[in-house]
Amino acid sequence: MASLYDRVRNVPAVATRSLLWNPAQKVAAGFFITQEVSMSDYKQMWLDLGLDLTAHDGLLSLLGQAYQDIFLSQKNRPEGMKYFDFVMSEVHGLRVKELMDAKAEGRKVVGSYCVFVPEELILAVNGVSVGLCAGAEFNFDGAEEVLPRNLCPLIKSAFGFKRGLVCPYVEASDIIVGENTCDGKKKAYEVLSPMVKDLYIIDLPQMKSDTGRILLREEYRKFMTKLEDSSGKKITVETLKKGIEITNAKRRAVKRLADLRKADPAPISGIDALLVNQVFFYDDPLRFTGSVNALCDELEERVKKGEGVFPKGTTRMLISGCPMAVPNWKVPFVIETSGAVIVGEESCVGERGTQWLTEDKGNTVDELINNITDRYFKIDCAVFTPNPSRVDHVKEMYNKYNAQGVIHYSLQSCHPYVVESGPVEVALETASIPTLRLETDYSQEDAGQLKTRIEAFRERIQAR
Amino acid sequence: MKAAGIDIGSRTVKLAVVEGGVTILTRKALTSHDPLEAVRTLIRGVEYDVIVATGYGRHLIKGHLDCQVISEIKAFALGAKAIYPACRVILDIGGQDTKAISLNNTGEMSKFEMNDKCAAGTGRFLEIMANALSYTLEEFSRAALSAERFENINSMCTVFAESEVISLTAQGALRHEVALGIHRAIVSRSIALLKRIAPSGEIFFAGGVALNECVRVLIAKELNRSVVVPPDPQVVGAFGAALHAATQVNEENFRLIVRGITT
Ligand code: SF4
Ligand code: SF4
Repeated sequence: MASLYDRVRNVPAVATRSLLWNPAQKVAAGFFITQEVSMSDYKQMWLDLGLDLTAHDGLLSLLGQAYQDIFLSQKNRPEGMKYFDFVMSEVHGLRVKELMDAKAEGRKVVGSYCVFVPEELILAVNGVSVGLCAGAEFNFDGAEEVLPRNLCPLIKSAFGFKRGLVCPYVEASDIIVGENTCDGKKKAYEVLSPMVKDLYIIDLPQMKSDTGRILLREEYRKFMTKLEDSSGKKITVETLKKGIEITNAKRRAVKRLADLRKADPAPISGIDALLVNQVFFYDDPLRFTGSVNALCDELEERVKKGEGVFPKGTTRMLISGCPMAVPNWKVPFVIETSGAVIVGEESCVGERGTQWLTEDKGNTVDELINNITDRYFKIDCAVFTPNPSRVDHVKEMYNKYNAQGVIHYSLQSCHPYVVESGPVEVALETASIPTLRLETDYSQEDAGQLKTRIEAFRERIQAR
Repeated sequence: MKAAGIDIGSRTVKLAVVEGGVTILTRKALTSHDPLEAVRTLIRGVEYDVIVATGYGRHLIKGHLDCQVISEIKAFALGAKAIYPACRVILDIGGQDTKAISLNNTGEMSKFEMNDKCAAGTGRFLEIMANALSYTLEEFSRAALSAERFENINSMCTVFAESEVISLTAQGALRHEVALGIHRAIVSRSIALLKRIAPSGEIFFAGGVALNECVRVLIAKELNRSVVVPPDPQVVGAFGAALHAATQVNEENFRLIVRGITT
């Protein structure tokens, strides 16, 4: 595992600047110091996974271009982001190779679509946890052959990827875990079921009541049995504690990163911080934790010296709302090219997903399962009713990160967040927190209009 | 000192030049397929010391004119406040956008709402519907005002609404009653935006669609609130941008003076 990590630390800056998505181009650009995997190995791997190579090539080149325009064009980026550039450029390459190697060792790859799926349990059977949420308008036609048009783009994108055979993570997953959160996902899993080899559904409560908590605990117990059965490994206090420890370390690292964003000037752009939170779902957890901590060491130095990515005094925005899955970078990109900086994300790809640690004290598996239940039961997703702690958390983040405005982000047709955005806006404005509500999808056609709204919002804040 | 504001909208480009807070020149032109050229033509021969761009094409022009930009929401807020200081609620319906803006007690922009990304309920929608009924824009508004009853238009999608209009007339519906139905459809959209940002108070109505008398009358009637339309509603944004330009120069001068004193 260490080799990839070491290698990227040794990559000369020039190579990272000219980073290209297509591994063949990358090899040609001399990106690898020691080249273990060749392009033809990747091709074979993708073929073995059953990917459609032509469509897959198309997707990769699209991603590569977007990455170049959005990430590599930024100024004053921390050196530590090179690791994440590398991971992203190899998101379908080396990382998938690692998954295949893990599978060859008999480990199970478990894919999921929601932060309610406990990674601790997956790690306790020595499994690999990967996020499958999709953030690109890719093959929506294919998705719309089996789903209605007016469904949230996150779900459509997942189906577009699946039906277009372009996502190696979906194809590499031994188990795909669905969960009863919003109606869109819940019903879409019924359509997904015949397309994948092992779909397992976790039932989730909709209210934070005592009965809700019992339901969640029982569901986690059942999920534990499911993992034990399919991996042939028994979860013990030791293995579960190990799982908790690894997951907590990863969360501590991103919390440390979040904390550094309190500084003005912000030491890292919001879009780079979002990327780190996105990579959270794909990468090897130990290596990820190490890389985030290395990045934080560098950022600490920056903060000490008063250095940042944007000038001191740049308008500071907090994002709150629906998760942003790779490569959904549209709104953050528009915000940060409109004279503002994002200083926090109240989102499942962000603090809603990572702010709580799991208590690791306990002498039985049962006690640890209780701890896990307590931890996950705190997640304030809009599928719960009522959901008052979410607003409290937004206010808390607004103060903690010295934000000046909140941009509420909803995906079109996401009923839980779109409906909740109204009361959230009222609650925030009543507390004198300027709030802008946006509702958008994965297309680019509204980028101009979004820019107008975001600029006007920034002007409103500046006039205060 | 002459300060200019240019508002590059989706349908028209507007220019205003102010001197000492008074408008000394306004010009308008169609945006056409080449907004940059439209801007060049519009400013040809116009004298100004500083210029600020606004409107959906503002970033396009920014590099070419080497100027500051402000959003059209801010531009309309500034312009409206200067023209009608008592105003706290602004409605702007342009070629492809509808915006409702509210100002706080001191006249600073506080909230705003915009229509969704499609052209439903905007100037472009009115134009297409007028066309479908073979009216000019002036005739369209007048005809609608003359109708005693209206035909309900169910679809707000420009494409579907157009076919609805065609089938209504094919079924023998009266043209002016269809016209009123269309105006009501547009107005229902704007009213929803207005109610969300400002449930009461006088409305300052600007943008190209403010020239349409029927829309103004319907909004006033539906909301039971008075609606004020300035003499030249299309240039409010350009005027606001010009006012902003004027303050920028002052600030710059001020900074120069301060620097002169301190160094
Ligand atoms: S927003 Fe809700 S449903 Fe979506 S990932 Fe988060 S917790 Fe799960
Ligand atoms: S974004 Fe909203 S609608 Fe889409 S999957 Fe998540 S909760 Fe469901």
